[in-house]
Amino acid sequence: MQSIIDALGLAFALVFSADADLLEIVLLSLRVSLTAAAVACVIGLPIGALVAIGRFRGRNAVLIVMNALMGLPPVVVGLLVYLHLSRSGPLGFLGLLYTPTAMIIAQTILIAPIVAALSRQVLEDLHAEYAEQFRSLCLTRIQTVRALIWDARYSLLTVGLAGFGRAVAEVGAVIIVGGNIDHMTRVMTTAIALETSRGDLALALALGIILLVISLGVNAAVQSVRMTAARQAYV
Amino acid sequence: MPRPTLGPAVAAALLFAGSAMAQDQSIIIQSTTSTANSGLYDYLLPIFQDQTGIKVNVVAVGTGQAIRNAENCDGDVLLVHAKPSEEAFVAAGFGTERTDLMYNDFVIVGPAEDPADVDGMDDVQGALMEIAVNSALFASRGDDSGTHKKEMALWADSGVDPTAASGEWYRETGSGMGATLNAGIGMGAYVMTDRATWISFANKQDYAIKVQGDADMFNQYGVIPVNPEKCPSVNIAAARTFADWLLSGAGQEAIGAYKVADQQLFFPNAPDN
Amino acid sequence: MSDVLSMTGAPAKEPAHRPAQRGAPPPLEVRDLVLRFGEAAVLDGLSLTLGPRGCTMIMGPNGAGKSLLLKLLHGLLPPTSGRIDWGGHTAPAMTARQALVFQKPVLLRRSVAANIDFVLKARRKDPARRDGLLAHVGLAHKAGQPARLLSGGEAQRLALARALATDPDVLLLDEPTASLDPASVLAIEGIVAQARDRGVRIIFVTHDVGQARRMADDVVFLHRGRVSAHSPAHDFFPEPACDAARAYLDGRIVV
Repeated sequence: MQSIIDALGLAFALVFSADADLLEIVLLSLRVSLTAAAVACVIGLPIGALVAIGRFRGRNAVLIVMNALMGLPPVVVGLLVYLHLSRSGPLGFLGLLYTPTAMIIAQTILIAPIVAALSRQVLEDLHAEYAEQFRSLCLTRIQTVRALIWDARYSLLTVGLAGFGRAVAEVGAVIIVGGNIDHMTRVMTTAIALETSRGDLALALALGIILLVISLGVNAAVQSVRMTAARQAYV
Repeated sequence: MPRPTLGPAVAAALLFAGSAMAQDQSIIIQSTTSTANSGLYDYLLPIFQDQTGIKVNVVAVGTGQAIRNAENCDGDVLLVHAKPSEEAFVAAGFGTERTDLMYNDFVIVGPAEDPADVDGMDDVQGALMEIAVNSALFASRGDDSGTHKKEMALWADSGVDPTAASGEWYRETGSGMGATLNAGIGMGAYVMTDRATWISFANKQDYAIKVQGDADMFNQYGVIPVNPEKCPSVNIAAARTFADWLLSGAGQEAIGAYKVADQQLFFPNAPDN
Repeated sequence: MSDVLSMTGAPAKEPAHRPAQRGAPPPLEVRDLVLRFGEAAVLDGLSLTLGPRGCTMIMGPNGAGKSLLLKLLHGLLPPTSGRIDWGGHTAPAMTARQALVFQKPVLLRRSVAANIDFVLKARRKDPARRDGLLAHVGLAHKAGQPARLLSGGEAQRLALARALATDPDVLLLDEPTASLDPASVLAIEGIVAQARDRGVRIIFVTHDVGQARRMADDVVFLHRGRVSAHSPAHDFFPEPACDAARAYLDGRIVV
């Protein structure tokens, strides 16, 4: 119990001291995970939309695979990306290992299936409502997908948020491909892992509290956008 | 193994993070955790960077993984503590040469209750035997790290095969030093750790050093530049500059000057030039 | 009125599957139309001939197949067997020349104006027509409001404006005024009547006998998946051509 109380105090002290190292770590966490969430949306949304409105052979198999990939273990993704980006791997010449870019790649792979699977569900539900009207209006498939994505945009924002949440909270992938290098690839979760291994549990917990607060902030921002939209009956 | 292509993800991520490339004059050390967790690098590297302008990035993992990463050319310098493995690394051509850098020693820490009654012993094999005979809990790294290799060698010397009791009194965490200390302290088990990690470890609770001082618990660290013939991507000039500085008078002095809680953590012992 | 019911007979050439070009509303020829869901035949050998002009009201008890007939005519559903011929075109080829207003309008989660903009853009119509269309259905003052917060009557008028935005030759309406208040019903009937007067072919499913009397040029009465009566309005209401239609108009149950 004492560590938790210590951690709360330390978390406050850290935040109010505006510690430059802490700020750097927080900003890198946000930059890596927000970028990964954005890229995952660019990749996952069209895939989710295609599966949502498509009727093709093997669709059920694709659904099962997509849903299963939501449970990808971060460490496995980290290893996979490491094997590719390692100097001895096929993409080693890019020199990306131990850079924030490598971390973005790993987190993108981790959360793109989440974005695809959840957006598939959202878009399929909306399509069930719109499909007959759209066929009556003779819309093309592209027009249909674009209209569905636009009209579901606030629900899809929540989908992106789910991806961001998973990315910002994971440590297994980024610690392997980022290396937890101070002032370069250290993010909130790898810093927490480091302080835990140093036995500084209060500091680790304090960082965890800050991460939670950041996560709360991002969620609150998205939620308020969504509630404004809901009042307009745009959700 | 089949390698699903990461091409699209890589391309997309590059678009979003083009600025993330490493600087020119920087190198990566693949390092054991004890030197990083004890804060040695935080002390040494700014001094080195001031003198040379070279930025050193540290990837701190277990000795076993550090060596594997270096074999994949994912580092410029290797700094670990498992001499036979290091020599094999150099013999296989992955390193240019291995040099003794510094040492500290291993200790066995245990709870105040001391169930195997080993407090104050300086015969490590005897102490391990006591722990085994009493079936007192012992938490091992179990991760192929330098510390783990050393621990296994000491068990072998004492004639006990602890892995026969794996899952009973012998608990292999498969984790780093800090995680193993946290786990061991959580379950009331003895843990073998390097002294530097222990001194800077913050979650000691009622634990203290029980066994120390045996010459067999000597812990030698070595430094090896990665061989550019195997790994053309290595910044060999900067890697050599770093290794040479560590082994020089200035580097050795800096290592000896680093203290935590008024205790010296690492003892420089580079061969005289 | 005679051309509404004129028996033009089947055209000589085969129906074309390519999308029909816009033009005057074509006559409709339906032959032996069957629609089955499993064992149950919803439409059971329905035949019907309609001329190219006017407002045809389709009536009949629940389950007679009225809504499904509209979807078949619109090309949204394939029949199990039988033939639909719109002046030489199949139903799917005619979808783009028709607009269907559903009983419950499906509006996009956007503003009133954006609902019209969307259709004008998707169908490559002049975007400047939006304000005129909204004014035409009396929704100009609601242009910036969220479409899904409209009242039932307003929502249906917006659906009608959207349907008219596509410049349909044929306007299909599936009980568009069910559960609306009388003022809304009259507003919608007025808009539909104006479309008919401009030459748009109207096919209008309703349960509202009063509405049928007000709107109909001719009435088709469906019963058990077939046309059991088809007559000009001035004949249908005074003396229904079949017992089922008489029972329906009298408010007696038809099974």
